[in-house]
Amino acid sequence: MSEAEILSAPLVLEYPFKRTVGPVQSAFLTGLREGMVLGVRAEDGRVLCPPVEYDPVTSAELTELVELPATGRVTTWSWEPAPRAGQPLDHPFAWALVQIDGADTGLLHALDAGSPDEVTTGMRVRVRWNDEREGAITDIACFEPAGDEEGGQ
Amino acid sequence: MRDVAVVAFAQSHHVRREQARNEVEMVMPVLHQVKTELGIDQSQIDFTCSGSTDYLAGSAFSFVMTLDGVGASPPISESHVEMDAAWALYEAWVKIQTGAADTALVYGYGKSSPGALRDVLSRQLDPYYLGPLWPDSVALAALQARACLDGGVTTVEEMAEIAARSRRAAADNPFAQLQGSDDPAVLLKEAEIAAPLRRHDCPPITDGAAAIVLAAGDRARELTDAPAWIRGIDHRIEAHSLGVRDLTTSPSTALAAARSGVADAPVELAELHAPFTHQEVIVRTALGLGGDVTVNPSGGPLAANPLIAGGLIRIGEAARRVSSGEAGRAVAHATSGPCLQQNLVCVLEGERGH
Repeated sequence: MSEAEILSAPLVLEYPFKRTVGPVQSAFLTGLREGMVLGVRAEDGRVLCPPVEYDPVTSAELTELVELPATGRVTTWSWEPAPRAGQPLDHPFAWALVQIDGADTGLLHALDAGSPDEVTTGMRVRVRWNDEREGAITDIACFEPAGDEEGGQ
Repeated sequence: MRDVAVVAFAQSHHVRREQARNEVEMVMPVLHQVKTELGIDQSQIDFTCSGSTDYLAGSAFSFVMTLDGVGASPPISESHVEMDAAWALYEAWVKIQTGAADTALVYGYGKSSPGALRDVLSRQLDPYYLGPLWPDSVALAALQARACLDGGVTTVEEMAEIAARSRRAAADNPFAQLQGSDDPAVLLKEAEIAAPLRRHDCPPITDGAAAIVLAAGDRARELTDAPAWIRGIDHRIEAHSLGVRDLTTSPSTALAAARSGVADAPVELAELHAPFTHQEVIVRTALGLGGDVTVNPSGGPLAANPLIAGGLIRIGEAARRVSSGEAGRAVAHATSGPCLQQNLVCVLEGERGH
């Protein structure tokens, strides 16, 4: 069969699930709405941000929330030269795992850095909040470079 | 433990776009091939287990269509996984261990071309912290590559060498999608597409299918003169959140390797499901493979990477080379999830190692 004979039609696939987020994730997302970053303390004393309901090592239930600053440092990053629909920024940006000051794990988000030459592993960044917030990870519009601002390390 | 062997393996000619055939038409030829090779029909298969994903097919319970093609009437004993068919093979192996089956047909297929795969794969992520950001599969692999480069685990030169070696090996594989490669030095002159990754570091997007038949003990010896015996098989998973993992290592692969006895005897050959170049270094290290081990003589996932079938094909390729006598002992590896989250390890030996 030649390609000209192949019929095709658009199909938009949606999985419109609604979910409840549980006590820990709910607190984190509600915190974002208020402009606050929360982590959770794991059994070994580490602070996980974003927080999870169960310890990633022991599976124990975690409940001790810890308030954290809206600053951190980049632990690894990649460059997105052509952002795709739905991604946090519509111009080229870096994806980064950001270790929030006082936390021991990384949070994935966009870093609005202008060009890949402006990004280095270990650089300091701060949260850029969305003006309108609804209790979602997208309440963080992105991270932005924080220059030599004092960190919590 | 019952002795279980791979007794037949078939795969499609992998292509970027399988436009003229739907999923059922794509998978039926490989099913016919393994059964014809063994001289059996569906009535002699005790258990059928498939891997596929509705997120590619675009409809719910899409595996039922292919099951109709297999022939599910009169009723057959079957199961399905929404993950790489290497895990369907694991389920079939367990089923045979229970004694409920002596033979099993395992197949998997992925037709990625109708949609935007990078967007589709973002839907497998945590829907609270990751999904709303639509991070795509290449961007996440690039984060891992950066961590590996920063940590001295690999270099861009080694990554380019892995790409070139894989695609040159694929020149001998008639089923591969990408065959041949420029020299690593030439590859490194190309621009980065998702820094630090260049195009050669990424797997192709592939439409394809594969099937394997497993059989136990004497039934395996009846069906073939050269069974590839599964001497160990295990799979392990890590935390989903990328931020809690050390992305430069694969503890789940290392644990699966220990549980499946990889280090119990020398390994001659390995088929590794490491879709991005830097991941081959991580997996090779986690498996404890020395420099003398032949890695991905088929070309591996950098030469053809049909989603859902890619891991099963690693087991099939390793088994084929054990059956032919090319290797006495081989390791196959399959992965699933972002940045090598979940890993399966399978050790295969020929009859002489029995």
